[in-house]
Amino acid sequence: MTVRKPYVRPMASWWRRNPFFMRYMLRELTAPFVAIYALILLVGLVSLSQGEAAYNTWLSALTHPASIVLHWLLLVAITYHAITLWQVIPKTMPPVKLAGRALPERAVTVFGCLATLAVSIAAFLLVKLL
Amino acid sequence: MTRKRSNAPVFWALFGAGGALAALLGPVLVFITGIVTPVGIWMPQSALSYDRLLAFSQHWAGKAALFVIVSLFFWHAAHRILHSLHDVGIHIHAGMAAKLLCYGSALLGTVIAAAALLAIGF
Repeated sequence: MTVRKPYVRPMASWWRRNPFFMRYMLRELTAPFVAIYALILLVGLVSLSQGEAAYNTWLSALTHPASIVLHWLLLVAITYHAITLWQVIPKTMPPVKLAGRALPERAVTVFGCLATLAVSIAAFLLVKLL
Repeated sequence: MTRKRSNAPVFWALFGAGGALAALLGPVLVFITGIVTPVGIWMPQSALSYDRLLAFSQHWAGKAALFVIVSLFFWHAAHRILHSLHDVGIHIHAGMAAKLLCYGSALLGTVIAAAALLAIGF
């Protein structure tokens, strides 16, 4: 009996051959950064439920230089996620017509990025002033 | 005979909702909790003090916001990572093991977040 040996197309470095695929992979790579940030927040929530001492340990860990560097990385990755999401939205939503003309994809992307900016400024001021 | 319905739309909806939330709130949250407050520029370190966060998480709206943010971020990341496995040469993305690992992690994160928020009380 012969053992079946199906052909498996090699997948190594396929995405490095084309700038479009590079951008795609970069976009997909934002997911682990979102997961890391969710984990950091989750640890914060658990420590908050354990009392002041545990919470302050979490808070002081955030002041470690390594944590600051990590958060700059997270900021870059999640901002890239935001921009690419607003680029994808017009491709997934139903076509919108304004005064008989199709709404350009770019307009949706710009509007989305402005929404992120507005929400960011509002959230920042809310945390700072309240 | 009833046809078996796909569960894909549920995960896709969680992915989409988490993605939109991360796009709107992700950058500013990272900026506040991880950069300006710990460093103490533009935002006093008291902005994330125990008393303040405790009061926020005890209010129903704050509790809901924290739960939605943490859990949806997990579901978004889990779905995207699952579907990227094939791209990096791990050809088990359609398999039950990969699904259990990715969605299971998100579910675990969701359950822990809910348990912590309930333990904090109202």
